[in-house]
Amino acid sequence: MKKANRILTALIFVFLYIPMAVLIIASFNTGKNLSHFDGFTLRQYVRLFQDDSLLRLLGNSLVLSVLASFIATVFGTVASVGIHSLNPRMRKLAMTLTDIPMTNPDIVTGISLSLLFVFVGSKMLGRRDSLTFWTLLIAHITFNLPYVILNVMPKLAQQDAALRDAAMDLGCTPLQSFFKVTLYEIMPGIVSGAIMAFTMSLDDFVISYFVSGMDFVPLPVEIYSYTKKPIAPKVYAMFTLLFLLIFLLMVTMNLMQLRSERKKVKGRAL
Amino acid sequence: MSKELIRLQDLTMEFEGERVLDAINLYFNDHEFLTLLGPSGCGKTTTLRIIGGFLTPTSGTVTFDGQIINDVPPYKRQINTVFQRYALFPHLDVYDNVAFGLKLQKLPKDEIDRRVTEMLETVSLRGYENRRIDNLSGGQQQRVAIARALVNRPKVLLLDEPLAALDLRLRKDMQNELKRIQQATGITFIYVTHDQEEALSMSDTVVVMDKGRIQQIGRPEDIYNEPKNAFVADFIGESNILDGVMLSDYKVRFFGRVFDCVDAGFAPNEPVDVVIRPEDIDIVESAQGHLTGTVTSITFKGLNYDIIVDFRGFKWLIQTTDFHGVGSTIGIRLNPEDIHIMHKSEYSGMFGDYSSYSAEYDELTEDAGDEEE
Repeated sequence: MKKANRILTALIFVFLYIPMAVLIIASFNTGKNLSHFDGFTLRQYVRLFQDDSLLRLLGNSLVLSVLASFIATVFGTVASVGIHSLNPRMRKLAMTLTDIPMTNPDIVTGISLSLLFVFVGSKMLGRRDSLTFWTLLIAHITFNLPYVILNVMPKLAQQDAALRDAAMDLGCTPLQSFFKVTLYEIMPGIVSGAIMAFTMSLDDFVISYFVSGMDFVPLPVEIYSYTKKPIAPKVYAMFTLLFLLIFLLMVTMNLMQLRSERKKVKGRAL
Repeated sequence: MSKELIRLQDLTMEFEGERVLDAINLYFNDHEFLTLLGPSGCGKTTTLRIIGGFLTPTSGTVTFDGQIINDVPPYKRQINTVFQRYALFPHLDVYDNVAFGLKLQKLPKDEIDRRVTEMLETVSLRGYENRRIDNLSGGQQQRVAIARALVNRPKVLLLDEPLAALDLRLRKDMQNELKRIQQATGITFIYVTHDQEEALSMSDTVVVMDKGRIQQIGRPEDIYNEPKNAFVADFIGESNILDGVMLSDYKVRFFGRVFDCVDAGFAPNEPVDVVIRPEDIDIVESAQGHLTGTVTSITFKGLNYDIIVDFRGFKWLIQTTDFHGVGSTIGIRLNPEDIHIMHKSEYSGMFGDYSSYSAEYDELTEDAGDEEE
C-alpha cells in the first residue's frame, strides 16, 4: 500500500512537471522539430533578447503585475485590518464576500468587468477608447484583492492581541501601534499575499482578454493570438524564464513561511 | 500619610449580559503595593484592564489624581502594564523593547540611552542589550517587560499575574526583586494574582475578590488572621470552618462545648462561622484535650504532617511536626486567640470541611493520570 502510494505520488509529479520539462528542453533545442532534440544551443535566448516587440510585451506584463499586486497588497492589508476588527458574524460575512470572486469563473468576471468599463467609459465619460491600461490595472487589482486578504487574515488572527495593547500602553496611538508592531507581525502574510497576487496577475489571460484595449496588451493576450500560427522557439525561451521566475518566487515564499514557523516554535519552547 | 491616587466608584462591568464586576468601590494610595487576589473569573484582571484603559466600564467611574479618566485611551494614561505573557515585541531586541516608550515621547537620544541603560541595570540585564527576545529565558523576558514599563516612569505600574509562567524557584526570586524595585522607585504597584502566598508576602494591601465583588480589603496579616467570611478564610491558607453560636462577648459554643475567644460585638446567640487554622491547633494527650478525635489519614509535607482527624463525624485538618499514626486517638486544646469568629455569609457551609479531603485528593490525581494516557 505504502509502495503504491509512493508510485502514485511520483506519477503525479511526473505529469505535473513533464510539460515544463518538455518546454525547457525545447528552448535549448537547435532544431525546430519538438519531437527531435538536435543539440544544445542558447540561440533562442539570444533571439528573445533581440526581439523588441516581444520584450515590450513582457515589460507590459511585468509593469502591470507589479503595479497591480502592489496596490492590491496595500488595499488588501488595510481591508484585512478592517475586516479583522469587525464582530465575528460580520467578519464571517465579509470573508465569504471576498472569497466568492476567487471561485467565480474568470470568464464571468472578465465579461462583467468589460461591460462595466465600456458602460462607464463610453456612456458616462463619453470616451471612444473605454478599454485602456487603466481598466486593465483596475481589473487586475480587483481580482488580486481576495488573494491578499486570504493571506493576511490568518496572520492577524494569529497575532498576540496583547502586543497591540502593549504598544498602546507604551504610548502608541492605534495607528502608530499598527505601523510599529502589527505590521511586523503580519509581514509574512503580506509578502506571501503580494507574491501570490503577482503570479496571478502575470499569468492571467481570460480576464485580461476582455478588459485590455489596443494600446496596452499584456503578454498572455498577445501569445494567444500566436497560437493560430506556429510558435517561434524564442517564445519557449521566454516561457522558460517566466517559469523559473515564478518557481523562484514560490520557493522563496515557502522558505520564508517555514522560517517564520520555526521561529514561532522556538519561541514557544522557552 | 500617602495620598489617594486612583479611586474606583461603583465600577460595574458586563460582558454580553454577564456581570463580571459588581459595583466595585476601591481606592489606591500613592507608593502602595496593592494586590488584587482571587480565583480565576473573579474579576481581578477585568479591574486591572479598566484601570489600564483597555476596557471601558459599563457603569461607574475611574478617577486618577482627581480626574475622571473613563474615556482616556491607554496611550494618554500615566500608567504602564506588565502583561501576563509579557507581550514583548518579537521584532525588536532588548534595548529597543525597553526604549520603545521613550522613543515615542521623542526624547533626546542621549537621554533615552541613559535611562534604558539605567533601567537594564536595575533589572540586572546589562549586557543583554542586543539580544533577541526569543533568545531569552522566561525570567529574563519577565525582567525586560518590567524594565520596558518602568523606564517610562509611570505613576502606576499594573502587573497581571507576571510570575505565573515561571517555575517556583524563579518565582520566589522575582517576588523579592519586584518588592525591591517597588520600594526603590516608590511607584504604585497594582498586582493581580491568584496565588495567595505571593499576595501575602509582597503586598502592603490585599484585596480579596470573588464573583466580581470585593470580599475583604486589608493588610496581609489582617486578611490572614481575621478573615471576614468563609470564602476568604478558605482561599487564604487552610481553615477548618465550623458552625457555632456566639453566646455573649468572648464566649462561643461549638461541638457542644463553650470556648473562650477574643471576638466581641456579635448579637447574643448569633449563629456564626468559627475558623480554626490547622497550624494553630495544639495536640495533647487525649485525656487533657478539649476535644478528642481519631486520626484518619496522615500526609508528609516536608515542613510538617497534614493529618485529618475525625471529631464525631466532622473531619479537621491539623498541621503538626509530630507523627501521629492512622487510628491513634489524640486530644486538642484551643487557646482563645486560635479561634476566629465570622458572621454567617453566602459562603457559609461551602468551605472548611475536610471530610472528603483524602478521597477527593486521590480521585483528582487518578483522573489527571487517566487524561494523560
